[in-house]
Amino acid sequence: MYDFDWSSIPGALPFLWDGMKISLEITVSAVIFGVVWGTLLAMMRLAPVKPLAWFAAGYVNLFRSIPLVMVLLWFFLIVPQLLRSFFNLDPNTDVRLTSAMIGFALFESAYYSEIIRAGIQSVPKGQVAAASALGMTYAQAMRLVVLPQAFRNMVPLLLTQAIVLFQDTSLVYMSALADFFGAAYKVGDRDGRLVELLLFAGAVYFFICFAASQLVRRYQKKLNAHVAH
Amino acid sequence: MNYQWNWGIFLSPAASGDSTYLGWMLSGLQTTVLLSLSAWAIALALGSLMGVLRTVPNKWLSGIASAYVEIFRNIPLLVQLFIWYFVLPELLPASLGDAFKQKLDPVTQQFVSAMVCLGFFTSARVCEQVRSGINSLPRGQKNAGLALGFTLPQTYRHVLLPMAFRLVVPPLTSEFLNIFKNSAVCSTIGLLELAAQGRQLVDYTAQPYESFIAVTLLYVLINVVVMTLMRHLENKTRVPGYLGGK
Repeated sequence: MYDFDWSSIPGALPFLWDGMKISLEITVSAVIFGVVWGTLLAMMRLAPVKPLAWFAAGYVNLFRSIPLVMVLLWFFLIVPQLLRSFFNLDPNTDVRLTSAMIGFALFESAYYSEIIRAGIQSVPKGQVAAASALGMTYAQAMRLVVLPQAFRNMVPLLLTQAIVLFQDTSLVYMSALADFFGAAYKVGDRDGRLVELLLFAGAVYFFICFAASQLVRRYQKKLNAHVAH
Repeated sequence: MNYQWNWGIFLSPAASGDSTYLGWMLSGLQTTVLLSLSAWAIALALGSLMGVLRTVPNKWLSGIASAYVEIFRNIPLLVQLFIWYFVLPELLPASLGDAFKQKLDPVTQQFVSAMVCLGFFTSARVCEQVRSGINSLPRGQKNAGLALGFTLPQTYRHVLLPMAFRLVVPPLTSEFLNIFKNSAVCSTIGLLELAAQGRQLVDYTAQPYESFIAVTLLYVLINVVVMTLMRHLENKTRVPGYLGGK
């Protein structure tokens, strides 16, 4: 039987916490950017201007048909060079975190855009008609009437997607950036305790994501009860 | 930026000597497809079983199935993969673990771990789709089955499942697409599937753009082919009278 030895974990906690901060940083920035850019994409896709709709559809379908790993490889191997030559950065500047953030944000916005599009389409057409009858422009109707209602229904889905995104951030391990998982792997590798560290990482992810998804579920119930009245 | 484009690079002989770089890429494609299809078989079988268990009246069985789903949904795929590949062989009884590590060649080890990992990971998602398919059926169907004297397993076999499976084909399409995309994660344990071949091509040819564009297009191609095939299946299995039905 395998002899477990968990002793390398307590000492590594500060390092692991630094990693967790990177994971959370990437998650939060990608969620914010993803929702903003995703909303714009969704509005473009539903807009009456054909070229805009085509662009948005092409963007979303492209990003949704390639693996996140492939997107990240682009952003780890090729975009850093572009960034460096574009901004005239010193070749030693560490742009890995920035590249990771941009990569995740662009990728996730395709998924967010689909959630938001469905949310916008779930608002009854009469609402838009009523808004324009009141003299609002298309943009005003979107901002003041359609989006507030759409977003309220979408919040649970957006949060669930954020949990998925948080799990996906573990893939920055590929760039040797020490996010939470990367940090756990490094410690395990250093101490020859990979088994314990991997199990520990799995348990931490499980508790965070399980707790978060339970909260989302409770929120969804509250929302449903509210709508039913 | 002056970059020397050279698409001919794919036809030049590869460093391994016995193939071209195009050959490398196609062998990666083959691994990706084989891996995804075999993992899909596991996911479909396990996911259907768990999906049925989640809907049975027995609290214990449905509890086990829902714990199963929570575990596989709340741990990142990458972490699961590393646990299957690095941790599990250590925790198995010594004879089994050693057999896995010593008797099997590394490529088979990677492939088996990746296949089992993707299969279990996806099965939790399939389970949720099957469950919602069964739950979306009118309650009268189950009661009618039981009233006709069917046992509960017979009711599932002859009444509920034939209908539920037809209803879940569209959502399963997207899970099937996901399994191809998720298979790229398996490049992290050294399995030479499509994404890993793309990376290797960058190292060997020093033509990063061509390599990545070609690999990205191959993933898009897989996506299009799967979607076309599944659309045919969806048309065949569509239930008249339902939303999306004729």
